[in-house]
Parts: sequence; structure tokens; C-alpha cells
Amino acid sequence: MSLSIHELSAGQEIGSRTIEVTRTDLVKYAGASGDFNPIHWNEAFATSVELPGVIAHGMFTMGSAVQLVTDWAGDPAAVVDFQTRFTKPVLVTDTTGTPDAGATIEVSGIIGKLDAEANTARVDLTVTAAGQKVLMKAQAVVKLA
Amino acid sequence: MTINPDLQGRSYPAAEVYDVGREKIREFARAVKATHPAHFDVDAARALGHGDLVAPPTFAIIVAQRADAQLIEDPEAGIDFSRVVHADQRFTHHRPIFAGDRLVAELHVDGVRAMGGGAMITTRSEIFALGADDSREPVTTTSSSILVRGEGQ
Repeated sequence: MSLSIHELSAGQEIGSRTIEVTRTDLVKYAGASGDFNPIHWNEAFATSVELPGVIAHGMFTMGSAVQLVTDWAGDPAAVVDFQTRFTKPVLVTDTTGTPDAGATIEVSGIIGKLDAEANTARVDLTVTAAGQKVLMKAQAVVKLA
Repeated sequence: MTINPDLQGRSYPAAEVYDVGREKIREFARAVKATHPAHFDVDAARALGHGDLVAPPTFAIIVAQRADAQLIEDPEAGIDFSRVVHADQRFTHHRPIFAGDRLVAELHVDGVRAMGGGAMITTRSEIFALGADDSREPVTTTSSSILVRGEGQ
């Protein structure tokens, strides 16, 4: 699939995605990324540094949220810029040994801006967990065909 | 513990080379729940015109956080890692990262600002791919801010 700027308009929705997160996912992300900060896998450590519990890596949330854009663009190489602010932690409860998610992240995206000169679309993502926005100014710039 | 204000403007030269492997791209892609075939299947990546597997858009964080570790572990910096909160992050890709790339990162400390009892530190990594003759091709610029929480924050 290739996207043409002429077929797109600002405000257009690109879709939505639900991401279920478990403690196991955080351990996998720690291993894949090399970020072994124990606030992402050890409850006692997390609470000892005044967090409410184990929280997801901000980069897990950011990295999983952009998949909506990658799939829409049809080529991961088309995402030329991606930024966000981390506003609220995603608390992941321990559901080990059950089929339940420890947290659920909801992602939706709209086209925020089209740049005809650069032939790019800026996708603005809304990312929430437990009813709160966890990312702010989550914007991905996609190079169009 | 206080953050050393003289950190601002400091830079750390490219240290070790990061070799981007296919299995690492696949592992990272699975870890961020990516399913696009260009991360997993070389033929699918080639069908899109790429030479090899394409890394997910946030893959460069591996290289950037290794560069950041030089600062966080610098005893002169005065940073308590257990009190670090990631505040913002940006990736600007000059070209995609592919399996087979040999990457190096130069770290720059762009800002240090006292906040309450802690500090906000903004860093930037300039990531390059090494060519056969050790030439450097700009690949990705990452920038991030970390908040080092003071006591009671």
C-alpha cells in the first residue's frame, strides 16, 4: 500500500488499536531494549522509590503505539520522525498465571497536518490507559509516496 | 545529591560500535508488538525496496540509551538512576536503520535545568552508520529529556 497526499485530509482518522500489557511483556521489553531499571519489573523496588507500583517503560508505550502508524503507512521506513512527552505512568498490575492483562493501552490516530512541500503527513496519536492520557504531543511524521 | 550544572554543553564521543542484527530487529519488534513483515522477513523488506530487515521506528533507543549510560554512570554527573523519569523522547530518521548497519552514537548534553530538588536533563544522540572505510553516514538523531526527581518528588 502506498499513500498519496491527494487522497488524505487533515482530521482524517487512521484507525485505532488496543494493546494489552502484562508483566511478562515488560520483562521482554527490558531484555530487547537493554533497559533493566527495576521499576519496570520489581514491585518492592518500584514502591520504595515512591511509585504506585510497577510501571511500563515509557519507551514500551511509545514503541507499541507507533505500530498503528507503521501499519497504516505500509512501510516502517516511512516513519521519518516520531516524538512524544510522557505524562502519566502506565501502571501494570501483576496478573502472572492468569490470562488477564495487567494494563490496557488504547491508541488512536488522526492526520494532524499535511505538508505538500515535504510530501509528509503528521499523524497525531491519542494514547490512554485507565482513562488517562499517558502520552502527550505524540506525533509521527510519515513520508508519503 | 545534586546534579552538576557544568554538564550542559558536555559531549561524549562515539564509543563502541553497535552491530544491528536481524534477530535483534525481530526480538525488538516482537517486544513492541510490531507485526509488519518488513521487521521479520527479508523478502518482504526487499519487496519494499530495502536491502535488509527494517528496524522499528524506536529501535534507535537501544543505541541512544547506551550513549546516555555514559552520562548517567559518570560519577561527576551526580545522577541517581533509580530517581530518573523519562520526560520526553524524539527520533528523527535521516534514513531507516537496517540489519547489517554498524552504528555509533555521539552524545551531547543540550540542557540542564534545576527543577525543585531535582533537575531536567536534555540529551541528544547523533547516530551514524559506519561505512567500509569508516566513513560516517547520518542515520538518526534522538533527543530526550530525563527528570531526576529530588527527595519527595
